[in-house]
Amino acid sequence: MNKKTYSIPIGPVHPSLKEPMTFNFEIYGERIEKVNLAPGDNHRGIEFMGRQRNPIQIIYLAERICGICSAAHPFAFCQAVENAAGIEVPERAQYIRVIIAELERIHSHILWAGVAAHELGFDSVLYLSWRAREEVLDLLEYLTGNRINYGIFMIGGVRRDISEEQLPRIRETLEYYKDIYGKIEDIFLNDPTIAFRTKNVGVLTKEDALHLCAVGPTTRASGIKKDVRQDQPYSAYADLNVEAITPDVFSGEVNGDVYDRIIVRLLELVQSIQIIEQCLDNMPSGEIIAEKKLVKLLNQLKKAKGEGVGRVEAPRGECIHYVKLNESELPEVWKARAPTYNNLMTWVPMLIDQQIADIPIVIASIDPCIACMDRVTILNKNNGQKSMLTKKDLHELSVQKTRRITP
Amino acid sequence: MEYMTPEKIVELFKEKFNGSIINSKIEIKTAGLKKNNYSLIWIEIEVKDFKEAVNLLCTIQFPHFSIISDNDIGEEIKLTYHFSLYYGEKSQEISLNLATSLPKNNLKILSITDLIPGAQISEREIKEMLGVTIEGLPDLSNIFLPKDFPKDVYPLRKDETGAVKMVNKEEEVKKVE
Repeated sequence: MNKKTYSIPIGPVHPSLKEPMTFNFEIYGERIEKVNLAPGDNHRGIEFMGRQRNPIQIIYLAERICGICSAAHPFAFCQAVENAAGIEVPERAQYIRVIIAELERIHSHILWAGVAAHELGFDSVLYLSWRAREEVLDLLEYLTGNRINYGIFMIGGVRRDISEEQLPRIRETLEYYKDIYGKIEDIFLNDPTIAFRTKNVGVLTKEDALHLCAVGPTTRASGIKKDVRQDQPYSAYADLNVEAITPDVFSGEVNGDVYDRIIVRLLELVQSIQIIEQCLDNMPSGEIIAEKKLVKLLNQLKKAKGEGVGRVEAPRGECIHYVKLNESELPEVWKARAPTYNNLMTWVPMLIDQQIADIPIVIASIDPCIACMDRVTILNKNNGQKSMLTKKDLHELSVQKTRRITP
Repeated sequence: MEYMTPEKIVELFKEKFNGSIINSKIEIKTAGLKKNNYSLIWIEIEVKDFKEAVNLLCTIQFPHFSIISDNDIGEEIKLTYHFSLYYGEKSQEISLNLATSLPKNNLKILSITDLIPGAQISEREIKEMLGVTIEGLPDLSNIFLPKDFPKDVYPLRKDETGAVKMVNKEEEVKKVE
């Protein structure tokens, strides 16, 4: 029998993907035979931009690598610079950093739960879970001034303190999540439709997860107890007892499927609430930043020489930044790696032999964050020719638009 | 599982690659109120023994590979491979950063994807961003740069092949058809 396969492209813009990334599938019947990944549609050259900025400017650039991980990237970057320059962070600042990072994890995991429900066609759950997410965003706005891109991290500490008067509001939000957690768990883990759509779908074996160096909930759902907060506790995590969560805690078995990834993320919600409570109870008093005057800090960094690594467990997994300072205003090297970078390769074993209809949920199951370019392709409908807009064209177009608005 | 101390690991590398280790250091960092320690190992090795060193690392435990960071230092390009060992246990993890320098007239390094398949994306990134030939890596298309990106521009280099020209005078750069 002649086995003829067909190719289906999904992306760079597709209704089931919220971010630009191209997948080329070879399909035989309804079954996926081969997967080709083509990222890069949204690569903005952030590292190149960062190497022309001073360390304090890079914090704000790092924050904008991703709108969801806007605590994880500056956290990792500040740690890398502190390690390179030998700056000690005051304990109180370490606790505030952890509280912000864990609040971010709560909002990221609920956001993911909503997206996962949407990919399954369960849109009412999307609206309900995103409603629940608003509470933590409001709290983040209350504490830092912003819903996302918090602007709270600074080399050597944090920029805003958490005052005594703010504590009740934090506890109130945590109580709210404890109240609704039962409902969330019930919808996602006891619903027969969700179980039917996610069990034994998109399986990543323990061996593949290990060999492809997967990170975060993706690797933990395959049974590898890997969590930077547990393995190499940084910041205030060193005082807390964080344990990597694997799905067998809940269901007694590890399958490495989409369902297991839901379990891990939901259990991490509870874990995050506990971590924040422990932090609030044990938070020491004292300074929140090692050097208040930014000009002095910049001068200190200008004289520093050394290299440092900052690792942070972001909601999606290990986020690592490497910085090399060499007695100059600009860092010699800044390398940033987001968790999805390592998780990209895991899509291939997950998607092979699956059905076309399962593509969206499997892709969404690693919680991809394709925050990575810089161009607009124009397709001329009359002759089918493609052309790209350069920096010069975009500049001219924006000048024209400004003239139109303000003549 | 038995854990080697960072000193032991460095000793093991020194024993095996006596002449090729250019320098090595162990860094101890503390965190939190309890001042718990964690350690980082920095090893710089000559490129001829690099692959063997990764092989040795794999015999200790299958390492977690994070990323390759690059540094264009004029005559040479220094690559640092960031690994970690002993993950999965409370406070046992050791970060191991293995660096090697490639002269600009011979930018070649052996691929480690046969040992650690997860390193593929990072190796492809180094290949397109810096023009380093990764021997043994299948010739796949660009991963981050567009398909028509000019062949003689390497964005993360700091010499004349860098991206400065692209940023200022994009229309003058010849693209691949």
